[in-house]
Amino acid sequence: MTASPPPALEINDISLSFKGVKAISNLSFRVEREEICALIGPNGAGKSSLLNILNGVYVPDAGEIVFEGEHFHRMQPLKAARRGIGRGFQNNALFSGMSVADNVIAGLSRHSRVTLIEEALRLPRARSEAGRFRQRALDVLHLFGLERQADILVGTLPYGVQKKVELARAIVGEPRLLLLDEPLAGMNAAEKQEIAEIIGRLNRELKLTIVLIEHDIGIVLKLAHHVVVLDYGRKLADGLPETIRDNPDVIAAYLGSEYREIAA
Amino acid sequence: MSLFLETLIGGLLAGTMYSLVAIGFVLIYKASGVFNYAQGSILLFAALTFVSLTDQGVPAIASVAVTIAILILTAIAIERLVLRPLTNRSPMTLFMATLGLAYIVEGVAQGIMGSQVRALDLGIEDLPIFVGDILISQFDLIAASVALALVIALSLLFNRTRIGIALRGVADDTRAAQSIGIDINRIWQIVWAVAGIVGLVAGLLWGARQGVQFSLSLVVLKALPVLIIGGFTSIAGAIVGGLIVGAGESLAETYIGPFLGGGITPWFAYALALVFLYIRPAGLFGERQIERV
Repeated sequence: MTASPPPALEINDISLSFKGVKAISNLSFRVEREEICALIGPNGAGKSSLLNILNGVYVPDAGEIVFEGEHFHRMQPLKAARRGIGRGFQNNALFSGMSVADNVIAGLSRHSRVTLIEEALRLPRARSEAGRFRQRALDVLHLFGLERQADILVGTLPYGVQKKVELARAIVGEPRLLLLDEPLAGMNAAEKQEIAEIIGRLNRELKLTIVLIEHDIGIVLKLAHHVVVLDYGRKLADGLPETIRDNPDVIAAYLGSEYREIAA
Repeated sequence: MSLFLETLIGGLLAGTMYSLVAIGFVLIYKASGVFNYAQGSILLFAALTFVSLTDQGVPAIASVAVTIAILILTAIAIERLVLRPLTNRSPMTLFMATLGLAYIVEGVAQGIMGSQVRALDLGIEDLPIFVGDILISQFDLIAASVALALVIALSLLFNRTRIGIALRGVADDTRAAQSIGIDINRIWQIVWAVAGIVGLVAGLLWGARQGVQFSLSLVVLKALPVLIIGGFTSIAGAIVGGLIVGAGESLAETYIGPFLGGGITPWFAYALALVFLYIRPAGLFGERQIERV
């Protein structure tokens, strides 16, 4: 009998404050492998702060993160990326002056094995890697139906399309955990549906563990396997979408009338 | 007419020397968001190292190689000791740090290698030649070719390689670049090293013109109007800005100078830059407001 593998992510007793104001207090929960975990809660509940802790932008005052069985008191963005934690930002953080393909290729940085000298002199290994990276980027763009836009400047594309490019950039490096901060914000209903489907597919087909923040409860209940509700930096509820939906505390604090509309 | 053309062409060629200095600033400003006041000192340091080596009888090629190696080590040291500890501090903090760095580099360079004026002979004859009926300085022509070659090499590095992609990524959004696995500290080291090498080229050309000495570090002040005109974030801007300043100075000295009793060159570029600040504060090719400086 072998021990079952550790969960994708454990958050143990994390606290974070800004100049004395508590943003997150003693938060603990775990994310199983290959699940989609949705973080919900009102603005200021500490959701984005938590993602920022997970990929090392913020350093928690206390607590630890366990990523695939490895314990970290603090992450660093580069370390997180190299360990396989991918990140999408609330407002697209694409490199707007670069082409779609180059944005995606940038997401392959952690896989580069070519030295600076080889790169600067365009030695054969650098060329073959450049070729492989480009092909890999095109393959991923194909998944999103974006291969024809590969050489367009990303800043000139509509917001919904940019969001897809950002997702492509986040997954091209084959992360094992993907953090998404409101991937559906600012989109119309059709676009939301499309992106939600893509996220579901990434989870199923690439077996990618995903932690996402989302306000659209209808989509969260359909997409997520696991929901964690935050309020004022504390965990209010943690469980399956169905149990969250029926939890009276959650209904009172957050779902409120919005939930009843959906249930009706 | 031929006087006008001669003045214009002479000015444009001299302008490429300004561009060369300005490019060093643009590289660093783009990648690390800091106006590197120490660029002039690094330029002096590079030229001084080269001259000291050749004075010892080291062949020119070997001297260049050794100087480049020293510049790379300097870049790594600056990144470790100055940039990394000050990550995420305000641009003013970083600017003050480079101001201090300028004096340290200058002091150390002169402490080790002396402060007397050193002649630098690149073996280029500074005799003017006739092209048609226009007289052109041979030295300027060669300097301009070198500048052009350097710009082509840089644009290949930044547009055709993955380092270039990473660099443009860092310039665009540092936080996003880090979270997709770009090592910004390494990018800073690379960029400061490349800026050092650009400084070496500029230092050699300027040094051959006016001797290698302390005042070489003051070309930093000449780069400022070029950057204001071209924009702090664009290599193309640095080139065009340099050409405008070079041509402007030269034409102004010839055509306006006599009415003002001459001596326009030292301040003309700044007056021109002021006009650009009125009408186009981000410069011709600039992306951001230059108030970050």
